[in-house]
Amino acid sequence: MVYAVTHSPGWPEVEAAFFDWGAYRDSFPAISRAFLLNVKIFLIAEAFILVFALLLAVLRSLPGPVFFPIRALSIAYADFFRGVPTILVIALLGFGAPALAIDGIPTSTTFWGIVSLVLIYTAYVSEVYRAGIESVHPSQEAAARSLGLTRSQALGWVVLPQAVRRVIPPLLNDFIGLQKDTALVGILGSVEAFKQSQIEVAADFNFTHYLVAATLFVAITIPLARFTDWLVARDRRRRQAGALA
Amino acid sequence: MRKILIPLAVVAAAVLAAVAGGRSEVAVAAPASCAKGNLTLVNDGRLTIGTDNPAFPPWFGGGEKTKPWKINDPGTGKGFESAVAYAVAKRLGFATSEVTWVYSPFARTIAPGRKAFDLGINQISYTPARAKVLAFSASYYNVNQAIVALKGTRIASIRSIAGLRGYKLGAQLGTTSYQFIVNRINPARTPSAFDDNTAAVTALKNRQIDGLIVDLPTAFYVTAVQVPNGKIVGQFASTGTQERFGMVFQRGNPLVGCVNNALAAMKRAGTLKRIQQIWLAKVTGAPVLK
Repeated sequence: MVYAVTHSPGWPEVEAAFFDWGAYRDSFPAISRAFLLNVKIFLIAEAFILVFALLLAVLRSLPGPVFFPIRALSIAYADFFRGVPTILVIALLGFGAPALAIDGIPTSTTFWGIVSLVLIYTAYVSEVYRAGIESVHPSQEAAARSLGLTRSQALGWVVLPQAVRRVIPPLLNDFIGLQKDTALVGILGSVEAFKQSQIEVAADFNFTHYLVAATLFVAITIPLARFTDWLVARDRRRRQAGALA
Repeated sequence: MRKILIPLAVVAAAVLAAVAGGRSEVAVAAPASCAKGNLTLVNDGRLTIGTDNPAFPPWFGGGEKTKPWKINDPGTGKGFESAVAYAVAKRLGFATSEVTWVYSPFARTIAPGRKAFDLGINQISYTPARAKVLAFSASYYNVNQAIVALKGTRIASIRSIAGLRGYKLGAQLGTTSYQFIVNRINPARTPSAFDDNTAAVTALKNRQIDGLIVDLPTAFYVTAVQVPNGKIVGQFASTGTQERFGMVFQRGNPLVGCVNNALAAMKRAGTLKRIQQIWLAKVTGAPVLK
Protein backbone atom coordinates (compact mmCIF):
# COMPACT_ATOMS: atom_id res chain seq x y z
CA MET A 1 0.00 0.00 0.00
CA VAL A 2 2.89 2.31 0.84
CA TYR A 3 4.23 1.62 -2.64
CA ALA A 4 0.85 2.37 -4.24
CA VAL A 5 0.64 5.68 -2.40
CA THR A 6 4.20 6.84 -2.94
CA HIS A 7 4.13 5.96 -6.64
CA SER A 8 0.72 7.46 -7.40
CA PRO A 9 0.68 10.26 -9.98
CA GLY A 10 -0.31 12.86 -7.37
CA TRP A 11 2.27 11.77 -4.80
CA PRO A 12 4.91 14.48 -5.47
CA GLU A 13 2.23 17.12 -4.94
CA VAL A 14 0.88 15.41 -1.81
CA GLU A 15 4.40 14.94 -0.46
CA ALA A 16 5.20 18.62 -0.96
CA ALA A 17 1.90 19.70 0.59
CA PHE A 18 1.76 17.33 3.60
CA PHE A 19 5.29 16.13 4.35
CA ASP A 20 7.49 19.17 4.02
CA TRP A 21 9.95 18.89 6.90
CA GLY A 22 11.18 22.44 6.50
CA ALA A 23 7.62 23.69 7.00
CA TYR A 24 7.22 21.28 9.93
CA ARG A 25 10.23 22.72 11.72
CA ASP A 26 9.21 26.31 10.90
CA SER A 27 5.76 26.14 12.45
CA PHE A 28 6.52 23.74 15.32
CA PRO A 29 7.42 26.43 17.90
CA ALA A 30 4.31 28.56 17.21
CA ILE A 31 1.93 25.58 17.19
CA SER A 32 3.51 24.18 20.38
CA ARG A 33 2.92 27.51 22.10
CA ALA A 34 -0.69 27.50 20.92
CA PHE A 35 -1.00 23.91 22.17
CA LEU A 36 -0.48 25.19 25.72
CA LEU A 37 -3.96 26.70 25.41
CA ASN A 38 -5.38 23.23 24.60
CA VAL A 39 -3.68 21.84 27.70
CA LYS A 40 -5.01 24.72 29.80
CA ILE A 41 -8.58 24.27 28.49
CA PHE A 42 -8.35 20.55 29.08
CA LEU A 43 -7.06 20.78 32.65
CA ILE A 44 -9.57 23.43 33.77
CA ALA A 45 -12.51 21.67 32.07
CA GLU A 46 -11.53 18.27 33.48
CA ALA A 47 -11.51 19.55 37.08
CA PHE A 48 -15.07 20.87 36.76
CA ILE A 49 -16.35 17.87 34.81
CA LEU A 50 -15.18 15.38 37.46
CA VAL A 51 -17.15 17.21 40.17
CA PHE A 52 -20.29 18.16 38.22
CA ALA A 53 -20.66 14.76 36.57
CA LEU A 54 -20.47 12.97 39.91
CA LEU A 55 -23.11 15.31 41.29
CA LEU A 56 -25.35 14.67 38.28
CA ALA A 57 -24.90 10.90 38.57
CA VAL A 58 -25.80 10.96 42.27
CA LEU A 59 -28.88 13.09 41.56
CA ARG A 60 -29.98 10.67 38.90
CA SER A 61 -29.67 7.65 41.17
CA LEU A 62 -31.70 9.19 44.00
CA PRO A 63 -34.52 6.73 44.81
CA GLY A 64 -38.19 7.29 45.51
CA PRO A 65 -41.00 9.34 43.97
CA VAL A 66 -40.02 12.48 45.92
CA PHE A 67 -36.91 12.88 43.77
CA PHE A 68 -38.68 12.21 40.46
CA PRO A 69 -38.40 15.84 39.20
CA ILE A 70 -34.67 15.89 39.93
CA ARG A 71 -34.17 12.53 38.23
CA ALA A 72 -36.19 13.68 35.23
CA LEU A 73 -34.20 16.91 34.94
CA SER A 74 -30.85 15.16 35.13
CA ILE A 75 -31.98 12.63 32.49
CA ALA A 76 -33.14 15.48 30.23
CA TYR A 77 -29.80 17.23 30.74
CA ALA A 78 -27.76 14.16 29.85
CA ASP A 79 -29.95 13.40 26.82
CA PHE A 80 -29.71 16.95 25.51
CA PHE A 81 -25.99 17.52 25.87
CA ARG A 82 -25.08 14.08 24.58
CA GLY A 83 -27.34 14.63 21.60
CA VAL A 84 -26.17 18.04 20.39
CA PRO A 85 -22.87 18.07 18.48
CA THR A 86 -20.06 19.62 20.52
CA ILE A 87 -19.20 22.12 17.82
CA LEU A 88 -22.77 23.47 17.84
CA VAL A 89 -22.85 23.95 21.62
CA ILE A 90 -19.53 25.80 21.40
CA ALA A 91 -20.73 28.03 18.56
CA LEU A 92 -24.09 28.77 20.20
CA LEU A 93 -22.68 29.57 23.63
CA GLY A 94 -19.46 31.19 22.48
CA PHE A 95 -21.14 33.63 20.10
CA GLY A 96 -24.57 33.74 21.74
CA ALA A 97 -23.89 34.27 25.44
CA PRO A 98 -21.62 37.33 25.04
CA ALA A 99 -24.15 38.85 22.61
CA LEU A 100 -26.60 39.19 25.52
CA ALA A 101 -24.29 42.00 26.68
CA ILE A 102 -25.18 41.40 30.34
CA ASP A 103 -22.78 43.17 32.69
CA GLY A 104 -20.42 40.75 34.34
CA ILE A 105 -20.83 38.00 31.73
CA PRO A 106 -17.37 37.26 30.37
CA THR A 107 -16.78 37.76 26.65
CA SER A 108 -13.63 35.63 26.57
CA THR A 109 -13.98 33.00 23.85
CA THR A 110 -11.80 30.59 25.78
CA PHE A 111 -14.09 30.95 28.81
CA TRP A 112 -17.17 30.02 26.79
CA GLY A 113 -15.30 27.21 25.08
CA ILE A 114 -14.49 25.73 28.48
CA VAL A 115 -18.11 26.18 29.66
CA SER A 116 -19.38 24.32 26.58
CA LEU A 117 -16.94 21.44 27.03
CA VAL A 118 -17.84 21.17 30.72
CA LEU A 119 -21.57 21.06 29.87
CA ILE A 120 -21.14 18.35 27.25
CA TYR A 121 -18.61 16.16 28.98
CA THR A 122 -20.51 16.39 32.27
CA ALA A 123 -23.36 14.64 30.48
CA TYR A 124 -21.08 11.89 29.14
CA VAL A 125 -19.09 11.41 32.31
CA SER A 126 -22.21 11.35 34.53
CA GLU A 127 -23.34 8.30 32.57
CA VAL A 128 -19.99 6.66 33.26
CA TYR A 129 -20.32 7.40 36.97
CA ARG A 130 -23.91 6.13 36.96
CA ALA A 131 -22.82 2.86 35.42
CA GLY A 132 -20.27 2.61 38.22
CA ILE A 133 -22.85 3.34 40.93
CA GLU A 134 -25.28 0.80 39.52
CA SER A 135 -22.56 -1.83 39.33
CA VAL A 136 -22.17 -1.76 43.12
CA HIS A 137 -24.39 -4.54 44.46
CA PRO A 138 -27.42 -3.26 46.46
CA SER A 139 -26.35 -5.53 49.33
CA GLN A 140 -23.41 -3.18 49.89
CA GLU A 141 -25.71 -0.28 50.64
CA ALA A 142 -28.05 -2.51 52.66
CA ALA A 143 -25.12 -3.68 54.76
CA ALA A 144 -23.94 -0.10 55.33
CA ARG A 145 -27.45 1.01 56.34
CA SER A 146 -27.74 -1.95 58.72
CA LEU A 147 -24.58 -0.72 60.45
CA GLY A 148 -26.40 2.53 61.20
CA LEU A 149 -25.02 4.74 58.40
CA THR A 150 -27.45 7.21 56.88
CA ARG A 151 -28.28 6.97 53.19
CA SER A 152 -25.82 9.75 52.27
CA GLN A 153 -23.12 8.28 54.51
CA ALA A 154 -23.59 4.90 52.84
CA LEU A 155 -23.34 6.56 49.45
CA GLY A 156 -20.22 8.57 50.34
CA TRP A 157 -18.31 5.92 52.27
CA VAL A 158 -19.38 2.65 50.72
CA VAL A 159 -20.95 2.98 47.28
CA LEU A 160 -19.07 5.84 45.60
CA PRO A 161 -15.52 4.71 46.47
CA GLN A 162 -16.19 1.34 44.84
CA ALA A 163 -18.10 2.88 41.94
CA VAL A 164 -15.43 5.44 41.08
CA ARG A 165 -12.61 2.91 41.22
CA ARG A 166 -14.44 0.68 38.76
CA VAL A 167 -15.00 3.40 36.18
CA ILE A 168 -11.51 4.93 36.09
CA PRO A 169 -10.66 3.35 32.69
CA PRO A 170 -13.80 4.61 30.93
CA LEU A 171 -13.32 7.99 32.63
CA LEU A 172 -9.85 8.29 31.18
CA ASN A 173 -11.24 7.24 27.83
CA ASP A 174 -13.61 10.21 27.92
CA PHE A 175 -10.74 12.50 28.82
CA ILE A 176 -8.81 11.43 25.75
CA GLY A 177 -11.90 12.53 23.83
CA LEU A 178 -11.95 15.80 25.75
CA GLN A 179 -8.31 16.50 24.93
CA LYS A 180 -9.06 16.21 21.24
CA ASP A 181 -12.25 18.25 21.46
CA THR A 182 -10.32 21.23 22.86
CA ALA A 183 -9.46 21.87 19.21
CA LEU A 184 -13.13 22.78 18.60
CA VAL A 185 -12.80 25.87 20.81
CA GLY A 186 -10.81 27.32 17.92
CA ILE A 187 -14.02 28.08 16.00
CA LEU A 188 -14.65 30.94 18.45
CA GLY A 189 -11.40 32.59 17.45
CA SER A 190 -9.18 31.35 20.26
CA VAL A 191 -5.84 30.49 18.75
CA GLU A 192 -5.22 26.94 19.97
CA ALA A 193 -3.03 24.38 18.20
CA PHE A 194 -5.40 23.53 15.35
CA LYS A 195 -6.28 27.17 14.73
CA GLN A 196 -2.60 28.11 14.75
CA SER A 197 -1.90 25.37 12.23
CA GLN A 198 -4.77 26.67 10.06
CA ILE A 199 -3.16 30.11 10.22
CA GLU A 200 0.15 28.61 9.13
CA VAL A 201 -1.56 26.70 6.31
CA ALA A 202 -3.26 29.87 5.10
CA ALA A 203 0.08 31.67 5.00
CA ASP A 204 1.83 29.31 2.59
CA PHE A 205 -0.90 26.82 1.55
CA ASN A 206 1.24 24.01 2.95
CA PHE A 207 -0.71 21.36 4.87
CA THR A 208 2.31 20.01 6.75
CA HIS A 209 1.40 22.35 9.60
CA TYR A 210 -1.65 20.19 10.37
CA LEU A 211 0.77 17.33 10.93
CA VAL A 212 2.48 19.40 13.64
CA ALA A 213 -0.82 19.79 15.52
CA ALA A 214 -1.59 16.09 15.04
CA THR A 215 1.80 15.13 16.49
CA LEU A 216 1.23 17.28 19.56
CA PHE A 217 -2.21 15.80 20.26
CA VAL A 218 -0.93 12.25 19.80
CA ALA A 219 2.03 13.03 22.05
CA ILE A 220 -0.28 13.57 25.02
CA THR A 221 -3.13 11.16 24.23
CA ILE A 222 -0.93 8.08 23.70
CA PRO A 223 0.66 8.22 27.18
CA LEU A 224 -2.82 8.65 28.67
CA ALA A 225 -4.11 5.67 26.67
CA ARG A 226 -1.20 3.49 27.89
CA PHE A 227 -1.82 4.67 31.46
CA THR A 228 -5.47 3.60 31.09
CA ASP A 229 -4.39 0.16 29.83
CA TRP A 230 -2.06 -0.18 32.79
CA LEU A 231 -4.82 0.76 35.24
CA VAL A 232 -7.19 -1.79 33.69
CA ALA A 233 -4.53 -4.50 33.87
CA ARG A 234 -3.70 -3.65 37.49
CA ASP A 235 -7.37 -3.70 38.45
CA ARG A 236 -7.85 -7.10 36.82
CA ARG A 237 -4.78 -8.48 38.64
CA ARG A 238 -6.08 -7.27 41.98
CA ARG A 239 -9.56 -8.65 41.48
CA GLN A 240 -8.22 -12.01 40.42
CA ALA A 241 -5.90 -12.05 43.43
CA GLY A 242 -8.94 -11.28 45.60
CA ALA A 243 -10.90 -14.13 44.03
CA LEU A 244 -8.11 -16.59 44.81
CA ALA A 245 -7.78 -15.55 48.42
CA MET B 1 25.24 6.22 -32.16
CA ARG B 2 26.08 9.89 -32.18
CA LYS B 3 23.19 10.51 -34.56
CA ILE B 4 20.80 9.16 -31.96
CA LEU B 5 22.48 10.85 -28.99
CA ILE B 6 22.26 14.39 -30.29
CA PRO B 7 18.50 14.44 -30.91
CA LEU B 8 18.10 12.74 -27.53
CA ALA B 9 20.09 15.51 -25.85
CA VAL B 10 18.01 18.14 -27.64
CA VAL B 11 14.79 16.47 -26.51
CA ALA B 12 16.11 16.20 -22.95
CA ALA B 13 17.07 19.87 -22.91
CA ALA B 14 13.67 20.84 -24.25
CA VAL B 15 11.92 18.74 -21.59
CA LEU B 16 14.10 20.28 -18.87
CA ALA B 17 13.34 23.76 -20.17
CA ALA B 18 9.64 22.99 -20.26
CA VAL B 19 9.71 21.68 -16.69
CA ALA B 20 11.69 24.68 -15.49
CA GLY B 21 9.32 27.00 -17.36
CA GLY B 22 6.29 25.39 -15.75
CA ARG B 23 7.76 25.87 -12.31
CA SER B 24 8.51 29.55 -12.53
CA GLU B 25 6.12 31.34 -10.18
CA VAL B 26 5.09 34.59 -11.79
CA ALA B 27 5.99 34.67 -15.45
CA VAL B 28 3.96 31.82 -16.93
CA ALA B 29 4.15 32.14 -20.67
CA ALA B 30 0.87 32.11 -22.54
CA PRO B 31 0.41 29.07 -24.77
CA ALA B 32 0.88 29.53 -28.48
CA SER B 33 -2.80 30.23 -28.83
CA CYS B 34 -5.30 31.29 -26.21
CA ALA B 35 -8.13 30.51 -28.59
CA LYS B 36 -11.01 28.92 -26.74
CA GLY B 37 -10.64 25.64 -28.62
CA ASN B 38 -7.02 25.24 -27.51
CA LEU B 39 -7.71 25.57 -23.80
CA THR B 40 -7.86 22.54 -21.55
CA LEU B 41 -10.90 23.14 -19.37
CA VAL B 42 -12.51 21.38 -16.43
CA ASN B 43 -15.81 21.36 -18.33
CA ASP B 44 -15.50 21.28 -22.12
CA GLY B 45 -16.38 24.53 -23.82
CA ARG B 46 -17.18 26.27 -20.54
CA LEU B 47 -15.12 28.48 -18.23
CA THR B 48 -15.62 27.17 -14.68
CA ILE B 49 -14.94 29.71 -11.94
CA GLY B 50 -14.69 28.88 -8.25
CA THR B 51 -15.49 31.14 -5.31
CA ASP B 52 -16.66 30.90 -1.71
CA ASN B 53 -20.25 31.00 -0.45
CA PRO B 54 -21.76 33.29 0.87
CA ALA B 55 -20.56 35.72 -1.79
CA PHE B 56 -20.09 39.01 0.03
CA PRO B 57 -20.29 42.54 -1.34
CA PRO B 58 -18.63 44.54 -2.72
CA TRP B 59 -16.97 41.57 -4.43
CA PHE B 60 -20.29 40.08 -5.50
CA GLY B 61 -23.69 41.69 -5.97
CA GLY B 62 -27.11 41.16 -7.43
CA GLY B 63 -28.65 39.28 -4.50
CA GLU B 64 -29.61 35.60 -4.23
CA LYS B 65 -30.74 34.28 -7.60
CA THR B 66 -29.82 30.62 -8.02
CA LYS B 67 -28.90 27.87 -5.58
CA PRO B 68 -26.63 27.42 -3.65
CA TRP B 69 -25.54 31.04 -3.57
CA LYS B 70 -26.22 33.11 -0.47
CA ILE B 71 -26.24 36.91 -0.08
CA ASN B 72 -25.20 37.29 -3.72
CA ASP B 73 -25.10 35.14 -6.82
CA PRO B 74 -21.75 35.38 -8.65
CA GLY B 75 -23.53 34.51 -11.90
CA THR B 76 -25.25 37.89 -12.04
CA GLY B 77 -22.11 39.71 -13.23
CA LYS B 78 -22.68 42.21 -10.45
CA GLY B 79 -20.05 43.09 -7.87
CA PHE B 80 -16.37 43.73 -8.51
CA GLU B 81 -15.02 40.19 -8.73
CA SER B 82 -17.98 38.89 -10.72
CA ALA B 83 -17.64 41.77 -13.19
CA VAL B 84 -13.87 41.23 -13.53
CA ALA B 85 -14.40 37.49 -14.04
CA TYR B 86 -16.95 38.04 -16.81
CA ALA B 87 -14.73 40.67 -18.48
CA VAL B 88 -11.83 38.19 -18.46
CA ALA B 89 -14.12 35.45 -19.77
CA LYS B 90 -15.23 37.74 -22.60
CA ARG B 91 -11.60 38.47 -23.57
CA LEU B 92 -10.93 34.73 -23.61
CA GLY B 93 -13.87 34.29 -25.98
CA PHE B 94 -16.50 32.90 -23.61
CA ALA B 95 -20.06 34.18 -23.81
CA THR B 96 -21.79 35.01 -20.52
CA SER B 97 -23.80 31.79 -20.85
CA GLU B 98 -20.56 29.78 -21.15
CA VAL B 99 -19.40 30.69 -17.64
CA THR B 100 -20.16 28.31 -14.75
CA TRP B 101 -19.64 29.19 -11.10
CA VAL B 102 -18.78 26.49 -8.58
CA TYR B 103 -18.67 26.69 -4.80
CA SER B 104 -15.11 26.27 -3.64
CA PRO B 105 -14.41 27.17 0.01
CA PHE B 106 -10.96 28.53 0.73
CA ALA B 107 -9.72 25.29 2.33
CA ARG B 108 -10.66 23.31 -0.77
CA THR B 109 -9.31 25.93 -3.14
CA ILE B 110 -5.84 25.68 -1.59
CA ALA B 111 -5.82 21.89 -1.10
CA PRO B 112 -3.44 19.96 -3.34
CA GLY B 113 -4.82 17.94 -6.20
CA ARG B 114 -7.09 18.58 -9.15
CA LYS B 115 -9.24 21.68 -8.89
CA ALA B 116 -12.95 21.77 -9.61
CA PHE B 117 -12.48 25.11 -11.36
CA ASP B 118 -10.43 26.59 -14.19
CA LEU B 119 -9.85 29.74 -12.19
CA GLY B 120 -10.64 30.80 -8.66
CA ILE B 121 -11.48 34.36 -7.66
CA ASN B 122 -11.98 35.00 -3.96
CA GLN B 123 -9.92 37.96 -2.71
CA ILE B 124 -6.84 35.78 -2.44
CA SER B 125 -3.67 37.77 -1.88
CA TYR B 126 -0.53 36.79 -3.71
CA THR B 127 2.51 35.83 -1.64
CA PRO B 128 5.63 34.08 -2.93
CA ALA B 129 5.07 31.16 -0.52
CA ARG B 130 1.49 30.66 -1.71
CA ALA B 131 2.61 30.80 -5.34
CA LYS B 132 4.60 27.61 -4.76
CA VAL B 133 1.28 25.77 -4.33
CA LEU B 134 -1.15 27.57 -6.62
CA ALA B 135 -0.54 29.59 -9.75
CA PHE B 136 -1.54 33.25 -9.38
CA SER B 137 -2.60 35.62 -12.12
CA ALA B 138 -1.35 39.19 -12.26
CA SER B 139 -3.08 41.67 -9.97
CA TYR B 140 -6.71 42.49 -10.63
CA TYR B 141 -6.91 44.66 -7.50
CA ASN B 142 -4.24 46.26 -5.34
CA VAL B 143 -5.44 46.05 -1.77
CA ASN B 144 -4.69 47.65 1.59
CA GLN B 145 -5.59 46.25 4.98
CA ALA B 146 -7.83 48.30 7.29
CA ILE B 147 -9.10 48.16 10.84
CA VAL B 148 -12.76 48.32 11.91
CA ALA B 149 -13.90 49.05 15.49
CA LEU B 150 -17.14 49.99 17.24
CA LYS B 151 -17.92 53.71 17.40
CA GLY B 152 -17.23 55.27 20.77
CA THR B 153 -14.76 52.60 21.92
CA ARG B 154 -11.25 53.68 22.94
CA ILE B 155 -9.61 51.94 20.01
CA ALA B 156 -11.76 53.95 17.58
CA SER B 157 -9.72 57.09 18.27
CA ILE B 158 -6.28 55.49 17.83
CA ARG B 159 -4.17 57.18 15.15
CA SER B 160 -1.05 55.02 14.91
CA ILE B 161 -0.04 51.37 14.46
CA ALA B 162 1.87 51.50 17.74
CA GLY B 163 -1.31 52.66 19.50
CA LEU B 164 -3.07 49.40 18.51
CA ARG B 165 -0.64 47.15 20.37
CA GLY B 166 -2.58 47.04 23.64
CA TYR B 167 -5.89 45.90 22.09
CA LYS B 168 -7.46 42.53 21.36
CA LEU B 169 -7.44 42.26 17.56
CA GLY B 170 -8.88 39.68 15.23
CA ALA B 171 -8.93 38.68 11.57
CA GLN B 172 -10.45 36.09 9.31
CA LEU B 173 -8.58 32.86 8.78
CA GLY B 174 -6.97 32.48 5.39
CA THR B 175 -6.53 36.20 4.93
CA THR B 176 -3.24 38.01 5.00
CA SER B 177 -4.89 40.21 7.62
CA TYR B 178 -3.88 37.81 10.38
CA GLN B 179 -0.24 37.86 9.27
CA PHE B 180 -0.52 41.61 9.15
CA ILE B 181 -1.57 41.75 12.82
CA VAL B 182 1.25 39.46 13.91
CA ASN B 183 4.01 40.95 11.77
CA ARG B 184 3.20 44.66 11.58
CA ILE B 185 1.14 45.45 14.70
CA ASN B 186 2.71 42.79 16.95
CA PRO B 187 0.04 43.18 19.66
CA ALA B 188 0.57 42.36 23.34
CA ARG B 189 -2.55 40.14 23.42
CA THR B 190 -2.89 37.05 21.24
CA PRO B 191 -5.05 38.00 18.25
CA SER B 192 -8.12 35.90 17.41
CA ALA B 193 -8.55 34.10 14.09
CA PHE B 194 -12.05 33.34 12.79
CA ASP B 195 -13.17 30.72 10.31
CA ASP B 196 -15.25 33.16 8.27
CA ASN B 197 -16.43 36.73 7.94
CA THR B 198 -19.62 36.02 9.93
CA ALA B 199 -17.74 34.73 12.99
CA ALA B 200 -15.29 37.64 12.87
CA VAL B 201 -18.05 40.25 12.62
CA THR B 202 -20.04 38.56 15.43
CA ALA B 203 -16.98 38.69 17.69
CA LEU B 204 -16.57 42.40 16.98
CA LYS B 205 -20.24 43.09 17.76
CA ASN B 206 -19.95 41.02 20.95
CA ARG B 207 -16.86 43.00 21.96
CA GLN B 208 -14.90 39.76 22.07
CA ILE B 209 -12.36 41.64 20.01
CA ASP B 210 -11.67 45.39 20.02
CA GLY B 211 -10.63 45.70 16.39
CA LEU B 212 -11.15 43.63 13.23
CA ILE B 213 -8.54 43.71 10.48
CA VAL B 214 -9.97 43.22 6.98
CA ASP B 215 -9.15 44.47 3.52
CA LEU B 216 -10.33 48.04 2.88
CA PRO B 217 -13.29 47.31 0.54
CA THR B 218 -14.58 44.68 2.99
CA ALA B 219 -14.16 47.24 5.79
CA PHE B 220 -16.56 49.54 3.96
CA TYR B 221 -19.08 46.73 3.59
CA VAL B 222 -18.70 45.72 7.27
CA THR B 223 -19.33 49.25 8.52
CA ALA B 224 -22.12 49.97 6.03
CA VAL B 225 -24.14 46.78 6.43
CA GLN B 226 -22.91 44.27 8.98
CA VAL B 227 -21.95 46.52 11.91
CA PRO B 228 -23.85 49.80 11.53
CA ASN B 229 -22.25 51.22 14.69
CA GLY B 230 -18.84 50.27 13.33
CA LYS B 231 -16.18 52.65 12.11
CA ILE B 232 -13.11 52.32 9.90
CA VAL B 233 -10.35 53.43 12.23
CA GLY B 234 -7.86 53.61 9.40
CA GLN B 235 -6.06 51.75 6.65
CA PHE B 236 -2.47 50.57 6.43
CA ALA B 237 -0.15 51.13 3.51
CA SER B 238 1.62 48.00 2.22
CA THR B 239 5.28 47.81 3.07
CA GLY B 240 7.68 46.60 0.39
CA THR B 241 5.66 45.25 -2.53
CA GLN B 242 2.04 46.34 -2.86
CA GLU B 243 -0.39 43.64 -1.66
CA ARG B 244 -2.55 42.42 -4.52
CA PHE B 245 -5.37 40.01 -5.25
CA GLY B 246 -4.79 37.42 -7.93
CA MET B 247 -6.96 34.76 -9.51
CA VAL B 248 -5.73 31.28 -8.65
CA PHE B 249 -5.17 28.25 -10.87
CA GLN B 250 -3.93 24.71 -10.61
CA ARG B 251 -0.14 24.92 -10.82
CA GLY B 252 1.13 24.48 -14.34
CA ASN B 253 -2.24 25.40 -15.90
CA PRO B 254 -1.35 27.40 -19.05
CA LEU B 255 -4.63 29.30 -18.68
CA VAL B 256 -2.76 31.67 -16.31
CA GLY B 257 -0.88 33.14 -19.26
CA CYS B 258 -4.09 33.72 -21.20
CA VAL B 259 -5.77 35.36 -18.20
CA ASN B 260 -2.72 37.56 -17.69
CA ASN B 261 -2.96 38.66 -21.34
CA ALA B 262 -6.65 39.44 -20.82
CA LEU B 263 -5.95 41.41 -17.63
CA ALA B 264 -3.16 43.37 -19.33
CA ALA B 265 -5.51 44.25 -22.21
CA MET B 266 -8.23 45.25 -19.73
CA LYS B 267 -5.76 47.53 -17.93
CA ARG B 268 -4.71 49.14 -21.23
CA ALA B 269 -8.32 49.65 -22.33
CA GLY B 270 -9.31 51.06 -18.94
CA THR B 271 -11.88 48.26 -18.43
CA LEU B 272 -10.47 47.28 -15.05
CA LYS B 273 -10.56 50.85 -13.84
CA ARG B 274 -14.15 51.29 -14.99
CA ILE B 275 -15.27 48.11 -13.21
CA GLN B 276 -13.53 49.39 -10.10
CA GLN B 277 -15.31 52.75 -10.36
CA ILE B 278 -18.66 51.02 -10.61
CA TRP B 279 -18.35 48.43 -7.86
CA LEU B 280 -15.81 49.91 -5.49
CA ALA B 281 -17.01 53.51 -5.72
CA LYS B 282 -17.80 53.57 -2.03
CA VAL B 283 -14.25 52.54 -1.22
CA THR B 284 -12.95 56.02 -0.76
CA GLY B 285 -10.08 57.14 1.38
CA ALA B 286 -9.60 56.20 4.99
CA PRO B 287 -6.90 57.73 7.20
CA VAL B 288 -3.58 55.91 6.82
CA LEU B 289 -2.22 54.68 10.15
CA LYS B 290 1.56 54.63 10.45
